[in-house]
Amino acid sequence: MREVAIVAAGMTRFGELWQLSLRDLFVEAAMEALDGAKADHLDAIYVGNMSGGQFVGQEHLAPLMADHLGMAGVAATRVESACASGGMALRQAFLDVASGASDMVLAAGVEKMNDGADVTAVLASAADQETEAYHGITFPGLYAMIARAHMEEFGTTEEDLAAVSVKNHKHGALNPKAQFGREVTTEEVMNSSMVAAPLRLLHCSPVSDGAAAVLVVPLERAKEFTDRPVRILGSGAATGSMALADRQDPAFLDAVSLSAGRAYKMAGIRPGDLNVAEVHDCFSIAEICVTEALCVVDRGKGGETVRSGYTSLGGKLPMNTSGGLKSKGHPVGATGVAQAIEIFEQLRGEAGDRQVKDAHIGLAQNMGGSGASSVVHIFQRV
Amino acid sequence: MPSPRYWREIPSRYRLEASRCCGCGKVCYPARRVCPACGASDWKATRLSHHAKVVTSTVIHVPPTEFLNEAPYAMAIVETPEGARLMIQIVDCDPDEVKPGTEVNLEFRLIRKEGLSGILCYGHKGVPVG
Amino acid sequence: MAGIVGYGAFIPRNRIKSEEIARQWGKDPDTIRRGLLLEEKSVPGIDEDTITISVAAGRAALERAGIDPTKIGALYIGSESHPYAVKPSGTVVAEALGVGPEVHVADFEFACKAGTEAMFVACGLVESKRVEYAMGIGADTSQGAANDALEFSASAGGAAFIFGRKNLLADVVDTYSYTSDTPDFWRREGEFYPRHGGRFTGEPAYFNHVLSASRAILDKTGLKASDFRYAVFHMPNGKFPLAAGKKLGFKKKQLEQGWVVNKMGNTYSGSSPTGLAAILDVAEADDLILITSFGSGAGSDSFVLKATAELPKRRARAPTVRAMLDGRRRYLTYGEYAKYREKIIVNT
Repeated sequence: MREVAIVAAGMTRFGELWQLSLRDLFVEAAMEALDGAKADHLDAIYVGNMSGGQFVGQEHLAPLMADHLGMAGVAATRVESACASGGMALRQAFLDVASGASDMVLAAGVEKMNDGADVTAVLASAADQETEAYHGITFPGLYAMIARAHMEEFGTTEEDLAAVSVKNHKHGALNPKAQFGREVTTEEVMNSSMVAAPLRLLHCSPVSDGAAAVLVVPLERAKEFTDRPVRILGSGAATGSMALADRQDPAFLDAVSLSAGRAYKMAGIRPGDLNVAEVHDCFSIAEICVTEALCVVDRGKGGETVRSGYTSLGGKLPMNTSGGLKSKGHPVGATGVAQAIEIFEQLRGEAGDRQVKDAHIGLAQNMGGSGASSVVHIFQRV
Repeated sequence: MPSPRYWREIPSRYRLEASRCCGCGKVCYPARRVCPACGASDWKATRLSHHAKVVTSTVIHVPPTEFLNEAPYAMAIVETPEGARLMIQIVDCDPDEVKPGTEVNLEFRLIRKEGLSGILCYGHKGVPVG
Repeated sequence: MAGIVGYGAFIPRNRIKSEEIARQWGKDPDTIRRGLLLEEKSVPGIDEDTITISVAAGRAALERAGIDPTKIGALYIGSESHPYAVKPSGTVVAEALGVGPEVHVADFEFACKAGTEAMFVACGLVESKRVEYAMGIGADTSQGAANDALEFSASAGGAAFIFGRKNLLADVVDTYSYTSDTPDFWRREGEFYPRHGGRFTGEPAYFNHVLSASRAILDKTGLKASDFRYAVFHMPNGKFPLAAGKKLGFKKKQLEQGWVVNKMGNTYSGSSPTGLAAILDVAEADDLILITSFGSGAGSDSFVLKATAELPKRRARAPTVRAMLDGRRRYLTYGEYAKYREKIIVNT
């Protein structure tokens, strides 16, 4: 397998983007990446998207996006893994280039959630339809059950959950592309309305529109496009039981752990080598569980890890310097690629006020549903 | 919900029909073709008991549209004596009284209506014992 | 001869007090309580209907019968509130109970008499030996119109009876049905609430049929009121069944056990059947029991039953009616009640 690098990135703002359609969002992000690299052609496009069909009635996204990018003719396909669609699209691009089959591949993610669809119902289609959604569960409900199981097993508290939101909003306030550019206090979080006990409104990532794209090329050609490429050192993906009821331990994200292990192995690094990470905080509890599943800290220690500042900017391993899904926004299919872009900028020293000093190894973790799928990428400054 | 999709699930939803793996004895609900524990594809039909214990739970405050008038309602993962786990609503109680370890009886209830003119979909819910 | 081999009842756990309804409509709660002898009634949850109530009652009946459900050759549900206008309740209940596919199923209706009707036919089918066992269920979640007298009484609940020829809990000694075309209470297709003839529902309707059927069965069997340990009549409110009983010569003691209406309300097709279940919960060997239902339109079914020595042995297998009336329950505000009963217009 060849060495692979990201050489350019493009991203829209995330938020309620009423003026921009699904195709507008994609083209804006993709153009920024292509212009950034001065790339004039592509060998392949992978479009990460959870449900263009349910949100805006549009399936068959890949040729549509290629067409609107002015690249009809390019090989393209949509990649779907619920909220991990973007990360999985990146993985497909990585494998395509690493195999030698393609040289110029665009990995993009896009989601248009605000065009009037019943968002709760669409997101619930990532859960088990026959055994979970049928009975009235919602996405927040699934993570709320994970939270309760974690609280029961390890004594994690609601304040621990709030700490994740407070930290990520603090980071997001420094990100011009974030949906919410303001900080929140612990009190605001704890007083926000209940969504699915114990998760409150401010423990939950928002509904967002947005797109993100990166150009992936063989490392040996990277300098044609940028003098600061970022190498994809490792990629690992895994699945877990679909239904939360079928997981061995509802408080443990086994797919995350498996995917991380595979990525660490390919990259030849250990969790202690990481300088910065973007993780999938769809709900505050998710970040706590992921921190443990990535083996950054022991099982059960995720809560105190956040509260201690370990994962804040300035801490030992800053997580979600972009603001995370919570404050940056979570246009489902785009998230995985946006996470990679944050690490890309961190490792190039371009993260502005969010810069982690001297970051040279970073990780992006993206998962789908209640943790049934997970994909982890590890990046290295070149 | 289209009728064929609903109708196929009647044995599992109405009678809690499950499968017991002939290889390792694991009970799967709903029934599966391939055992998730040992990979065997040989199994015997079985039924779950009508009582279970709560493993973890939540209270849904912001429900999907079909469940609008029922919110807030408790939902839980419960485990039956056979070792099978299922996700159900817990009703006829204060939603906040549902905790890990709460014992429930499984009762047959209307789960959802497909609007004013669609089919009625049934299944089980839990009611705390006592 | 056929008889009951298993019985069960189910009453939803939500309740609303008469005074809460009275307060809503500016009526004096004491007058209502004294006039109708109603304290409170059961209210079905959004997830409860005639089918779910029938399944619960049916499960209890199967527990007490101790038989294989596939041996039930016929299953009938009588109700005024079948969940579908067209599509049987009986098929859902049969599948849920594990009855069938070799089974005859039909839904019955005849206002509040539909329950005993289902029992009448089930019993007859077993007697004729066409089937070994048959189940007759009376269950309802009927509505009373808002700000109408019926709103105080219309409630939800039901009872199921399995008939067979051996190991009886109660023998069916005799039956009698009395029917005439009397338009005292009706609901036209498409209407949400039923309508009634006010005081016309009394003498010419309820009392005429209940008393005629009861007198006729006493005559037919050569029994008098004093021969019976228990009697239960259809309970549209607290007063009518007590008045009917008195007219027939029954004492309060004989009527008390089956008189569940003051706490349960009128469960329409489930009314006298649930009263019968409450009696079977306490009856002893050789006790004679009279049950007479009433369905508007109008008609009454009467049964004379004799409890057996098996009854006290098997009845502990499922909850009693009194245990359900006094057990886990929740009192609703009028607003919650209106929400559950879909009296509030929401966007669909």
